[in-house]
Amino acid sequence: MQTKIKHDFLQSEKGQLADKILRSCVHCGFCTATCPTYQILGDELDGPRGRIYLIKQMLEGHTVTKETLNHLDRCLTCRACETTCPSGVEYGHLLEIGRSEVEKRVKRSLLQKVLRKTLLLILPFPKRFAVLLQTGQLFRPVLPGILKKQIPAKTRLTKLSLKNHKTKMLILDGCAQPALAPEINHATRKVLDALDIELVSFSGCCGAINQHLSDEEKALVIIKNNIDRLIAEFDNDIEGIVMTASGCGAMFKEYPHLLRNDEHYKNKAEIIANKTFDLTEIINTEKLKNKLNVNKNLNIAVHTPCTLQHAQKLPLNIENILSSCGYQLSTIKDKHLCCGSAGTYSITQPELSAQLREQRLSGLMVGQPDMIATANIGCLHHMNAGSTVPVRHWVEIVAENLKP
Amino acid sequence: MRYHCRMTRATKDNRKSLRKQLHQVLPKTCILETPEQTIPYESDGLTAYQQKPWMVVLPESIEQVQTIIRLCHKEGVPVVARGAGTGLSGGALPLANGLLLSLAKFNRILDINPANRSATVEPGVRNLAISEAVEKFNLYYAPDPSSQIACTIGGNVAENAGGVHCLKYGLTVHNILQLKIITIDGELITIGSQALDTPGYDLLALMTGSEGMLGIIVEVIVKLLPRPEQAQVILAAFDDVVKAGEAVGAIIAEGIIPAGLEMMDNPAICAAEDYAHAGYPVDAEAILLCELDGTNEEVTEQIQFVENLLTQKGATSLRTSQNTAERLKLWLGRKSAFPAVGRISPDYYCMDGTIPRHQLPFILQKISDLSKEYNLLVANVFHAGDGNLHPLILYDANIEGELERTEEFGGKILELCVKAGGTITGEHGVGKEKIDQMCVQFKSLELQIFHDIKHSFDPQELLNPGKAVPTLHRCAELGGMHVHDGLLPHPELERF
Ligand SMILES: Cc1cc2nc3c(=O)[nH]c(=O)nc-3n(C[C@H](O)[C@H](O)[C@H](O)COP(=O)(O)OP(=O)(O)OC[C@H]3O[C@@H](n4cnc5c(N)ncnc54)[C@H](O)[C@@H]3O)c2cc1C
Ligand code: SF4
Ligand code: SF4
Repeated sequence: MQTKIKHDFLQSEKGQLADKILRSCVHCGFCTATCPTYQILGDELDGPRGRIYLIKQMLEGHTVTKETLNHLDRCLTCRACETTCPSGVEYGHLLEIGRSEVEKRVKRSLLQKVLRKTLLLILPFPKRFAVLLQTGQLFRPVLPGILKKQIPAKTRLTKLSLKNHKTKMLILDGCAQPALAPEINHATRKVLDALDIELVSFSGCCGAINQHLSDEEKALVIIKNNIDRLIAEFDNDIEGIVMTASGCGAMFKEYPHLLRNDEHYKNKAEIIANKTFDLTEIINTEKLKNKLNVNKNLNIAVHTPCTLQHAQKLPLNIENILSSCGYQLSTIKDKHLCCGSAGTYSITQPELSAQLREQRLSGLMVGQPDMIATANIGCLHHMNAGSTVPVRHWVEIVAENLKP
Repeated sequence: MRYHCRMTRATKDNRKSLRKQLHQVLPKTCILETPEQTIPYESDGLTAYQQKPWMVVLPESIEQVQTIIRLCHKEGVPVVARGAGTGLSGGALPLANGLLLSLAKFNRILDINPANRSATVEPGVRNLAISEAVEKFNLYYAPDPSSQIACTIGGNVAENAGGVHCLKYGLTVHNILQLKIITIDGELITIGSQALDTPGYDLLALMTGSEGMLGIIVEVIVKLLPRPEQAQVILAAFDDVVKAGEAVGAIIAEGIIPAGLEMMDNPAICAAEDYAHAGYPVDAEAILLCELDGTNEEVTEQIQFVENLLTQKGATSLRTSQNTAERLKLWLGRKSAFPAVGRISPDYYCMDGTIPRHQLPFILQKISDLSKEYNLLVANVFHAGDGNLHPLILYDANIEGELERTEEFGGKILELCVKAGGTITGEHGVGKEKIDQMCVQFKSLELQIFHDIKHSFDPQELLNPGKAVPTLHRCAELGGMHVHDGLLPHPELERF
């Protein structure tokens, strides 16, 4: 596509990158077909091709108002458009530039500012989040149904007796997951123990919340801190870091891009990204199969999170593991669709998010499954609040079927 | 390139009044009018043309469309319909003083009738969504433009879209039963019927391919076909484009009708492979994709036969799909070929001429000569079975003068097609893009008939004016540029 980016901006590295991405778009419109927001709203401006145009206009110096901000805010960052795009347009990276530029040009309403600030003050901090959730859990019995669905009941976990193994890996605790669903990492430890892998906790947030709420500066502080701590850990015979939340995994794999201009961190970021694995990437299915008594009656619908299929480009990993182990997989419709969770989207765009959830769930329910399996805490929690069947992390299902 | 419409009677006051009335009947979110909102609608799939619309409306019901059209009619404001905006001839290019009417919100499948093998759909339903929805009845909608993932059925009808499978199963016009249209005075009329034939003139055929100039399509009943028991694709590689072209002729000469027969040259192969990872041989000069479908026995027999034929005709390697996933992957590369070219060039200009098949070697040679002359690369994608050629001229719109050179080159290709006994459009329509070449293709009497038809539907020329059919005046003015055999195309017309 033709571009006329403002001279000053074009001189910057960001300007060059934006120009390169914009020019790789040939305006064919294929991406609109798989964009969840375009499919619901039917406005070019709520689809990838229109958002690309809005960003182009802004960088070319046209007037921007809340309109552009709103349409970019409504984007889920699910990156389904990237999977669809034959021309290889790196939409995610363009959006990142678009979002940070629009924040400089358009003021948000006070209400929005407060909401976003609050999210930034709580979510990335595991302790603050846990306190808030525990308060909710305390009052759960007396809360109205709709709120009750948002707050999971407290889980009690059995104590694990795990062996020591030669292969050691880190496991990211994450920010919301330890409080919301501690059973996921618990199950992961059990399953990987059976596969002779020992896990060592690595605490902290991946930085995605700040990044997605356009708080780039703070995101970089978190990221660099993670990198320093990880590099130190990797010296101690650690093979890599396992992610049980695909959102965090996708973020870790983005570190090299985010630090591409930082001479000091750029190579380290590359090392970290290369040693970051989604849980599905390290499972030896042949070995796992022999350790399981698979419940063959269970009909499972798989929801592959966007961060796994579109960002990490691992669209079939969950299905492959489950079906190779002998699980029965249910037919689903529109595999590419986002469930509407999308980081903080369910909070910042509640209506669209609920609509997307309904749509995604109906696509997952076509084969009348007993259960939905996924790989990201955000999707799991968000879908559970609207689903008639349980939504679980796939590793929990597998862990329950381990032979004693 | 900026495009200016030649005429409209509406004044500023008319638009002001229309705007006021539209705000009374449509929700705020369905009206876009600031430049920030309307510029992203300035192009369809052909970005060489841009025109910011005066206003964009996104109606949600047939009644709203009727009201909008009535108001436009009353105020004399022109209207351009838009589906998914994937058109490649600027058909949905907006007007500076006109309304752009998007039908994207009409995306529901209203009824599926497996017994009658038909489906009733709204105009904004995506082509592929129809086949997906009827898959459970083991049916599908046959015309499959490469853009089928995104383009709408309304746009398909308006362009009489074709696709890979049209060689055997026909174009859009052969696969629809009934249309509901809103005329320029806002009346809702039904054309065609659920039965195979209807008395009177075949208005259904007339509407198909009318490029939004005769009415607004608001409902389509499409014909569905049972999925064949078996379908397999052969991928054949050639070290010479001409040999591949000859192989196409040989297959057809044997009386075989493939479900699809497509050809791509090396640049197109490389770009498509980079995206689709279909296993295309990137060192081949050309590939053919030949699909055969039918009963198990038929297909097995024909595959064997065509494989032998292709080997005889010099194929350097052959691969036949063994399952549906592999077959779809082989098509994915072909169907993504245009935008995949975006990987090797910032912009492309897709031509859409048809030629008699036997002229292929001659045309390809000429294109290659022109490519050198203009210093612009070309990737060729070819619906080989029906002689519809898509040379993609690769250019960079950021380099001054390159678009103009590209257009000139493109014009030369189309003239070549006509000279070789072909036409200037196979399936992408005339739109804004090929309006001048229409003067080369048609005589003034034929053009006059087109105008008469247009006027009987839309006397004020409010529906997509300035597209598809050139005025005789325009042709006369252009005549000087297209002198063939010493004759001007319309010697009978007065020159200005
Ligand atoms: C990568 C790529 C590949 C393509 N491959 C093919 C192919 O293989 N075969 C093929 O035939 N085409 C192909 N096309 C062209 C294009 O997709 C088709 O012309 C398609 O039919 C356009 O549909 P649309 O919904 O995008 O319509 P638009 O581009 O929005 O509009 C096209 C025309 O239809 C009119 N129109 C749209 N909706 C209505 C309506 N409801 N009522 C009245 N008029 C209406 C518009 O005014 C315009 O004149 C391709 C395009 C791209 C970008
Ligand atoms: S699919 Fe890719 S090239 Fe086509 S419009 Fe979307 S981003 Fe642009
Ligand atoms: S990231 Fe998702 S929501 Fe955003 S434009 Fe792409 S497909 Fe649409």
